[in-house]
Amino acid sequence: MNTKPLLAEAKNVLEIRNLNFYYGAFQGLKNVNLDIKANTVTAFIGPSGCGKSTLLRTLNRMYDLYPGQRAEGEINFNGENILNPKQDLNLLRSRIGMVFQKPTPFPMSIYDNIAFGVRLYENLSSSDMDDRVEWALQKAAIWNEVKSKLNQSGLSLSGGQQQRLCIARGIAVKPSVLLLDEPTSALDPISTGKVEELVHTLKSEYTVVIVTHNMQQAARVSDFTAYMYLGELIEYGQTEAIFMKPTRQETEDYITGRFG
Amino acid sequence: MEKHISSQFDVELTGVSSRVLELGGLVESQIRNAVYALSQFSLEVAEQVIATEAQVNAMEVEIDRDLSSIIARRQPTAIDLRLLIAISKTTANLERAGDESEKIARMVKAIVASGSARSLPASELRVAADLASGLLRKALDAFARLDVTAAISILKEDDLIDAEFDGFVRKLVTYMMEDPRTISASLDLLFIAKAIERIGDHSKNIAEFIIYVVKGADVRHTSLSEIESVVK
Repeated sequence: MNTKPLLAEAKNVLEIRNLNFYYGAFQGLKNVNLDIKANTVTAFIGPSGCGKSTLLRTLNRMYDLYPGQRAEGEINFNGENILNPKQDLNLLRSRIGMVFQKPTPFPMSIYDNIAFGVRLYENLSSSDMDDRVEWALQKAAIWNEVKSKLNQSGLSLSGGQQQRLCIARGIAVKPSVLLLDEPTSALDPISTGKVEELVHTLKSEYTVVIVTHNMQQAARVSDFTAYMYLGELIEYGQTEAIFMKPTRQETEDYITGRFG
Repeated sequence: MEKHISSQFDVELTGVSSRVLELGGLVESQIRNAVYALSQFSLEVAEQVIATEAQVNAMEVEIDRDLSSIIARRQPTAIDLRLLIAISKTTANLERAGDESEKIARMVKAIVASGSARSLPASELRVAADLASGLLRKALDAFARLDVTAAISILKEDDLIDAEFDGFVRKLVTYMMEDPRTISASLDLLFIAKAIERIGDHSKNIAEFIIYVVKGADVRHTSLSEIESVVK
């Protein structure tokens, strides 16, 4: 209970200001304003097409890969607007990593899946690299399952293991923010539980933003929840308040399953 | 309130809500009968109240089972969760109000057995008893309609019962001083008065849960003026 004021006073890692997003002529996000607090888990929830994944993808400019998509407004990360065209995208994505809905291991060994990204940004000795790989796999709670087969292909792992491998890959470059886009929607309940447990342990060192269709998952893992609808941020607050007594009727209708 | 996407969820919520009101109706009649047994010194009615108590207990257990099942299967949130918590608490309060009426019935039996009944001001408990059973009915009505305004007036009315209780205790003391032979029966009456006062408290608790469901504010152990500022 007494951690609540601390949460509210946590420092902002990302400050989203007047953010509008367009898919060609279609406006996917409408004037979104939101602060993401350091060392917390923030969940974006809302019905399909509400803009929650779009919002997540603006946070490391994943949309830049697609022509015709553009963002207006500001996203301040450590005091710099990352929407600035001069922003170094590779550097940005090493600071703000992303894990996708479907596990996407590279078609290479488990070891290289982790080492690949690290090599892009750092020049480590082979023993330092070994340490880094083990550290990341430990953090992602998969080390014990893979330590005896680091040279096997990442694709040989189960779905849940692949997803934790991807999370290990994401944290290996030591980002400050980790974006998770429906990280467990393709996983069984046991693997989902492991990933959720992982999210919980990650927040001591990282800031996590998670998009999920599973409201109970948002309730379980997050400190803050943002409810979005038709591209607008309807309500944003501490998760406990959102799930016990939301302020907006629209939020209440959605989380209680009255959304028609 | 708007309906859920899952109509089965609505059926389950409506079902458990009406079970609580049904239990409330049963407890209300238990109180009325217990008070009637007191005013008529009727052993027969007192026995009936004691026998019906088992039904109250069984309904409480049933409602709790339904609540656990809904929580396990639906993972309710927000107003649905608050409603289910309030139903659980209301059920417990109703069951305890039922216990109080059973206590009254047992005391009636004891008073009749002692033979000193008629000399005591038992009928004066009627005012408080009517207030208490009326208050419970109002609490149940307000619960059925989730009516916050009615809930607040219940909180105020409980103070009247408390005042009646204090007045009755003072009166009993004068009887006991005048004629020490009435002490034993007077103490029985005192326990009855206390039971009636407790029924008022249970109604008040139910009213507080109505405010919790609608406003999301826990107003237990809160002064009336604070509560009124919360619900504004």
